[in-house]
Amino acid sequence: MAMLTVKDLEVYYGVIKAIKGVSFEVNEGEIIALIGANGAGKTTILHTITGLISPKNGSIEFEGKDLTKTPAHKIVSMGMAHVPEGRRIFQELTVLENLKLGAYTRKDKKEIAETLEKVYERFPRLKERYKQVAGTLSGGEQQMLAMGRALMSHPKIILMDEPSMGLSPLLVSEIFDIIKVIKEAGTTVLLVEQNAKKALSVADRAYVLETGNIVKEGKASDLLNDDSIKKAYLGE
Amino acid sequence: MSFISYLISGISLGSIYAIIALGYTMVYGIAKMLNFAHGDIIMVGGYAVFTIGITCGMNKWIAMLVGVVVCTVLGIVIEKVAYKPLRGASSLAVLITAIGVSYLLQNLALLIFGSNPKSFTSVVSVPMIKLANGELTITGETIVTIIVCIIIMVVLTLFINKTKAGRAMLAVSEDKGAAQLMGVNVNGTIALTFAIGSALAAVAGILLCSAYPQIIPTTGAMPGIKAFTAAVFGGIGSIPGALIGGIILGVIESLGQAYISSQLADAIVFSVLIIVLLVKPTGIFGKKINEKV
Repeated sequence: MAMLTVKDLEVYYGVIKAIKGVSFEVNEGEIIALIGANGAGKTTILHTITGLISPKNGSIEFEGKDLTKTPAHKIVSMGMAHVPEGRRIFQELTVLENLKLGAYTRKDKKEIAETLEKVYERFPRLKERYKQVAGTLSGGEQQMLAMGRALMSHPKIILMDEPSMGLSPLLVSEIFDIIKVIKEAGTTVLLVEQNAKKALSVADRAYVLETGNIVKEGKASDLLNDDSIKKAYLGE
Repeated sequence: MSFISYLISGISLGSIYAIIALGYTMVYGIAKMLNFAHGDIIMVGGYAVFTIGITCGMNKWIAMLVGVVVCTVLGIVIEKVAYKPLRGASSLAVLITAIGVSYLLQNLALLIFGSNPKSFTSVVSVPMIKLANGELTITGETIVTIIVCIIIMVVLTLFINKTKAGRAMLAVSEDKGAAQLMGVNVNGTIALTFAIGSALAAVAGILLCSAYPQIIPTTGAMPGIKAFTAAVFGGIGSIPGALIGGIILGVIESLGQAYISSQLADAIVFSVLIIVLLVKPTGIFGKKINEKV
């Protein structure tokens, strides 16, 4: 059985139907990419999964539990972390305070300290700058902080929304390398990206989203060679 | 010597404004709303202590404890009943509701206690100090008010920066959505903020009624508005801003009363608000507002 199952999801903004009956699955250990143009509904889907938006119809099941009836603040302790679009780190707090907030729902201080060490190992820059106010970090460092903050909750699945946005090509490659490492460490990843090429190169499977509908799905390697995908998303 | 005496009484008055301004500023920082009913919580606190301590003749410590508890519960209830359903509504709708709650509290007090002033017995039993051969006297109320204000500031700053609940407040004030993603219960945090703000209003009410020992249904209205001015002056949303703004405002009012005109003192205080809004709309410690693109 899939770890995360989204079924016939419909989301409205007022009277506008933004998500028009989307279904997809994420299995444990996979990297799943949701790709599509700006406005296709990728971010809306992630926000609906983690409870920041309520769906009109459809179901979201995570490890057998219905997320549509779970308040947003209870979702992280179920093992799901969300790295939101635009990073949304707490600009006025320090790097360490941001990371500690990532572990807000965890109780065991020793385990939190161990996770913090692991996050520092993965992102040495965060360790160097732990006392620095987060708003003064560079874009790439802020993205690392957002990812580190999500890892602090020790999630089973991590939802990432446009992690490459606004970063230089070099940093984009670095971020995608980290995503692979996160997967290898046993965390499932649901990745939303406009950078389809990069996303498909790390993902196992992918879904292509167009104005609120899934128009294509398959193995990422197949989609990379699909002519219509190449034309529409890969700029070839 | 009289200048120093006016200065000290200004600092004391300003300390009360600062304690009230803290409630305004915390609620604004976290719920992004101006709770204009905040001043009237002061009055409720005053009447609660009056009823328990003087009408019922109970021990003053019990009376004060009841006053604080009543205000804390009232703050949470007001937030639940009046403001929570409006979350996501326009800020104008929330503002009008807050003014409505303010009138509701004032008129309830009018109904229960009538319009005649009730005389309040000071809860302070610290003796006054005479300095400089008796030329300078400082009342016990003044001393206690300033000390209480300092203690509240220190405890609140420690609470916000050192505890988990405090950091959750900072997170909610910066980004509600991101805070929820961390597992912070935003509604709970807002309720906690109202509880703390209202408890502080009760303390301010007790200090205010001890320094100016009478109470009427509109007792809280003017100090409430002045504390709001102080919060804006210091930079709304900022805790040190509330302290500095409150004390500066108290001193301006006290010196204005003494040296310019006692009738114009309030006008002077509000002129300060207008000047601040013209010159530095974000106040002394106000944050620059970053518009998201």
